[in-house]
Amino acid sequence: MAEQDLVLEVRHVSGGYAEGGLLARKKGFHEVIHDVDFVVQHGEILGLVGESGTGKTTLTRMILGLLKPSSGEIVHYTKRPQIVFQDPYSSLNPAYTAEWAVEEPLRIYGKYDAKERKRRVHEMLERVELPRDCWDSKPDELSGGQRQRVCIATALIQRPRFIIADEPVSALDVTIQAQILKLLRQLRDDLDLSYLFISHDLNVVYQLCDRVLVMKQGRIVEQGPVEEVYDHPREEYTKRLLEAGL
Amino acid sequence: MKKRLNSYLTVGLIITGLMLLITVIGTFWTPYVPTAMKYGRFQPPSWAHLFGTDNFGRDIFSRVLKGTGTTLAIALSTVSIGAVIGTLIGAVTGYFGGIVDDVLMRLNDALTAFPSFLLALLVVSLVGPGKKYSVVIALGLVFIPSFARVMRTEFAALRNRNYVTGARLMGASSGRILFVHLLPNTVRVLLPAFTIGFNNAVLAEASMSFLGIGVTPPDASLGYMLSEAQSMLKAGPWYALCTGLTIVLLVFGVGLIGEGLQAQEREVD
Repeated sequence: MAEQDLVLEVRHVSGGYAEGGLLARKKGFHEVIHDVDFVVQHGEILGLVGESGTGKTTLTRMILGLLKPSSGEIVHYTKRPQIVFQDPYSSLNPAYTAEWAVEEPLRIYGKYDAKERKRRVHEMLERVELPRDCWDSKPDELSGGQRQRVCIATALIQRPRFIIADEPVSALDVTIQAQILKLLRQLRDDLDLSYLFISHDLNVVYQLCDRVLVMKQGRIVEQGPVEEVYDHPREEYTKRLLEAGL
Repeated sequence: MKKRLNSYLTVGLIITGLMLLITVIGTFWTPYVPTAMKYGRFQPPSWAHLFGTDNFGRDIFSRVLKGTGTTLAIALSTVSIGAVIGTLIGAVTGYFGGIVDDVLMRLNDALTAFPSFLLALLVVSLVGPGKKYSVVIALGLVFIPSFARVMRTEFAALRNRNYVTGARLMGASSGRILFVHLLPNTVRVLLPAFTIGFNNAVLAEASMSFLGIGVTPPDASLGYMLSEAQSMLKAGPWYALCTGLTIVLLVFGVGLIGEGLQAQEREVD
């Protein structure tokens, strides 16, 4: 596989958290991720499934650069990835409007004047189909689905090529879920994106993803195209997950 | 989110508004010259002298008008010092945590452990008594720890919100996260703390002046006047009464605002 077809390479990564505070006598290390190895290909939606507590979030933090792996290597072939969080309630700043939130990455980037920023923000808000009368609303005036649209717009405004979506629809109603999933697929096609889509909902992963990784206790136990893994799971763990989820 | 004014807030705002109006008027105009001693000693309240006159024959109403301004100015600048420095300390310790937090908060504890009055006395004697700003510095210092602690808790609670992580991923600087992303979300705690601090400052200034280490004549703050009034309780009880009631009204109004803000916050939650 040529390297330009990859957006992310995770090479035998292990890592976790240090235990014990400033005055603790023994400093421990709690390893959460063990020898994880996978790639994200250009344009694909890669699902990451597993029960809660298997280290999905820890892995995400390492990919985002918020946590250093203790061994192994994470190679990005694109700009820094952006993230869409599960809980659209705490991922938007309650003090500011939707428009402000989407503009903030551009203000920080600092290369565009106010007029250009507004133009880009409005274009993006239209792209994620946020109703125009919500643009000037603060998060607590928005519904869960609208908030998630704002989060997606905020993640996309810097034009990243790779998005990590950490359970982006699990806090939403089923009908809203379907709309957001459709939007994510649409955006992938329009903006040439790749996703790492984390979820514990196997139905959602089946609907959206091209390939899937199954994670158990910090290890990838199975990976492959979604149909293959779902129809012919090799691991006992995957079978159990599928039985529980479907 | 539409916020409805509750009754605490309404009454508090009215009283405080009136007090502010009085202060503004007092700065530009008083019915008599506040320092002139020519209106007859110990005149009881009358239409000519609303609050009566004191032992030197000065018009007390005029002096209260002026004194309220002095008290307000001292209290406001005191709390502002406490709030600004306290917020800075709280923001840094709460957001970054770690060793900075440990060191600064232990210092903060030490400052809290000191009786605030002794601390204020110490600062006044260091800066030199008799200057108006020495009271402000002394009391301002005393107010830092409580603000620092409240704000630290708030910043520590907010720092793990997803929007903070999001801002970090966008490449926002720590300063921007602290003051643009987080500070506006601490206002709901900062405002009530400010009103409580303001009241404490009014009372603290009054007690400092009462002890004779606050403002010096010919300046007069309400606290200073109250200490003067003490020696003539028998001959002119209206002096103590009118000055005292003014302090009570000032504190009561701002206290109601603080109470109202907190009640409103509970409603929203």
